[in-house]
Amino acid sequence: MSTEILRAPIDPYHLGHQPAAAGAPPQVTGHGAGGPAPKRIVVGYGFWIFILSDVIIFASFFAAYSVLFKSTAGGPTARQLYDLDNTALETAFLLTSTFTCALASIAVGQRSLKWTQIALGCTGLLGVAFLTLEAREFASFVARGAGPSRSAYLSSFFTLVGCHGFHVTAGILWLGTMMAQFYAKGFRTDIRHRFLCFTLFWHALDIIWVAIFSLVYLVGTLPPEFLP
Amino acid sequence: MSAESREPASEYDYAAGSYVGADRPRGAGPDSDAHEVRREVAGYVLGLVLAALLTIASFWMARTNLVYGPALAVALLVLAVAQMGIHLVFFLHITTDPDNTNNVMALAFGVLIVCLVVFGSIWVMTHMNQNMMPKPMDQLIRMQG
Repeated sequence: MSTEILRAPIDPYHLGHQPAAAGAPPQVTGHGAGGPAPKRIVVGYGFWIFILSDVIIFASFFAAYSVLFKSTAGGPTARQLYDLDNTALETAFLLTSTFTCALASIAVGQRSLKWTQIALGCTGLLGVAFLTLEAREFASFVARGAGPSRSAYLSSFFTLVGCHGFHVTAGILWLGTMMAQFYAKGFRTDIRHRFLCFTLFWHALDIIWVAIFSLVYLVGTLPPEFLP
Repeated sequence: MSAESREPASEYDYAAGSYVGADRPRGAGPDSDAHEVRREVAGYVLGLVLAALLTIASFWMARTNLVYGPALAVALLVLAVAQMGIHLVFFLHITTDPDNTNNVMALAFGVLIVCLVVFGSIWVMTHMNQNMMPKPMDQLIRMQG
């Protein structure tokens, strides 16, 4: 069988890439006659669907927050509560942790256990630093009588930001599990698929945080006459 | 096409991580090509720098008096959307590659739902608030008269 005959049915619509070299696996996309997509693509797609549904949950919390933003019931307003220096520091921690998480994925690609553990360790420490700052902020709000039960505005604030914090907590637990699995089981294909899902999760958390620091903290502290 | 021309997926190792790299035959060992690693790191550094610049711009804009006040909320929204785009491209590797079509379509549907939920809620509740608001006294008196 000549190469030309072999190639044509693999990717009839030129959706994928041709094999890079003889003996390399066919890079099919799941369309047409090329057969099912590689498991890595399928796993990533399935987890991507989960992340999008998670994003929709956050969208409903965002909607509740925007609707209830002015329902302070005579209690403290966003402008009186938020400390933007704290938010900037939290943002720096989370953005750096997303970067170190990306570096960990390169280290996994290189099968370097040492650098994988170092990068994941940094990611986890930055995540813990973020959570510490957030917990301190929540504690100071409650101490100032601005707990979640004070007003509808504060209920929606704690639900939205707390839900993100809960996701970061879950992510740190997952990160520890990944470090242990890489250590105990090595770079097995299934472990790396789990790790692919973890990196998607961690990067997605940072995207949610971008929306939170911009729309909750920065827009929330604008002078009231500038708000729509 | 004969079945034996297609190898079962388990025969292959996959380049892991979020980087959508090429598959390679099992036992081929790590990507020892230092140039490839440098290119990947450079991509993430570029993503980090762009995201940091947009973050700094957002925080600067919220504190400065140089920007026209009523435009600030929309400007912050635009910067946030731009930064989300940077994260999607550089960290999540949502690209226009053909093998990414499904991811992009799912993302587009997700964005549609998010916009419906958020802007729909704000729209409906704003109108509810205006219509349910107690009317000023003189207006009530005029209605009774």
